[in-house]
Amino acid sequence: MNELAITVIGRDRPGIVADVAEVLARLGANLTDSTMTRLRGHFAMTLICTGPAAAEVEAALASLAAEGQLLATVRAVTPDGDVPPAGEPYVMAVHGSDRMGIVAAMTRVLVDAGGNVTDLSTRLTGALYVVLAEVELPAGVAGTLIDRLHRTAAEMGVEVTLRPADPDLL
Amino acid sequence: MTGEERGPDVGLGDWTPESLDVPGEVRAVVSAPHPVLSRAADEVDPTAKETVQLAADLIATMKVSPGCVGLAAPQVGVGARVFAVDVTGHPKAVTVHGVFVLCNARVVEATRWKPGREGCMSVPDLTGDVKRASRLVVEGDLPGSGEPVRLVTDGFEARALQHEIDHCAGLLFLDRVAGAHAVYQRKVYL
Repeated sequence: MNELAITVIGRDRPGIVADVAEVLARLGANLTDSTMTRLRGHFAMTLICTGPAAAEVEAALASLAAEGQLLATVRAVTPDGDVPPAGEPYVMAVHGSDRMGIVAAMTRVLVDAGGNVTDLSTRLTGALYVVLAEVELPAGVAGTLIDRLHRTAAEMGVEVTLRPADPDLL
Repeated sequence: MTGEERGPDVGLGDWTPESLDVPGEVRAVVSAPHPVLSRAADEVDPTAKETVQLAADLIATMKVSPGCVGLAAPQVGVGARVFAVDVTGHPKAVTVHGVFVLCNARVVEATRWKPGREGCMSVPDLTGDVKRASRLVVEGDLPGSGEPVRLVTDGFEARALQHEIDHCAGLLFLDRVAGAHAVYQRKVYL
C-alpha cells in the first residue's frame, strides 16, 4: 500500500475540502491523518493518504489546481507506524510583540533540552504574536528548561509559560 | 463537598459599589502585548484613597464595556492586585455575588476542573479553551473598609474570578490554554 504525504494550499473559498476530498476518493486514496485550516485567508491542507501511486494523485490534483488558485504537492513516504512518545507532554505558551525569530529561538531551546515539538500553531493579531506548542520532554528536564526559556524569552521581549499538558481524562 | 465543609461564604456583608463613595471614571483598557499585563501586580492597601478610586474606576470601566464580566487593574495599566467582577444575568452563572471589587485576592480552594472558552478585553481578537475550577473559595479584602472576605462560588463566577486573579499574577488566558489548537480567532464581538 502506498502512503502519500499531500499538501494543498490556496486562497480560501467555499468547497476546497470537498473538491480535494472528492478527487482523492475517486482515485481510491484513503484519507488518514490530516489537518486543514485557514491561515490568514489561505486554506492549508496537510494530509496523509494511502492508496494509489503518487503520480496519479498529482495529476488529478493538478487539474484541480489549474481551475482555481491551488498549489498541491504529493510525495510518497514510508509508513513509520505510530511513534511512541519520547517523554512527558508539556504545553509552551509564548506571547508578546511580534518580531523576527521568536519561533526559531524558542523551539531551539526546546530542542537543545531534548524536546520534540509535536504540534504548534501561531497567531498574529495586531501587534500581538502568540505561539502555542505541544512538546514532549525527557523526564526531569522541565525544571531547568523553564529558566532557559525565560532567558531566551527576555532576549526576544516576549512572555513564556511551560506547564504539563493536561492528562486525558476519561 | 458542601459549602459548610469548605468554610462559610461570609459574603460581601453590607458592601456595595456605592459604599466606595466616589464617582468612578472610565479608564482606557490596555491590550497585549503590554508589559503591565505580564507582571505580577503589587499588593495594595484596600483602605487607601487611590485603591478606592481605582475600585470605582474598574466598576465604571467594566459597566461601559459590552459583555465585560470582570476587569483587573493591570488591564487599565495599573500594577495593583485589584479587580472587579459582575456576572449578574449571565446565562452560565449559578452563584452570583453581584458587582464587587476584591483587593489582594487569592484562591484558597479550587476543585472540579472543567474546560471552557474564554476571551479577554486585553486580547480582543482571540479566545481559548482553558480549564478552570468550577468550585472555588477565594479570600481577599474589600476596598474602602478593608474588611477581609471569603467567597464560595462556582461555575461562571468561579471562572471569572480565576481569570482576574491570574491578571493580578501577570498571567493571561493564553498562558493556560489547553494546547496548540485551543486558541481561536474571535468570531463574535460582544
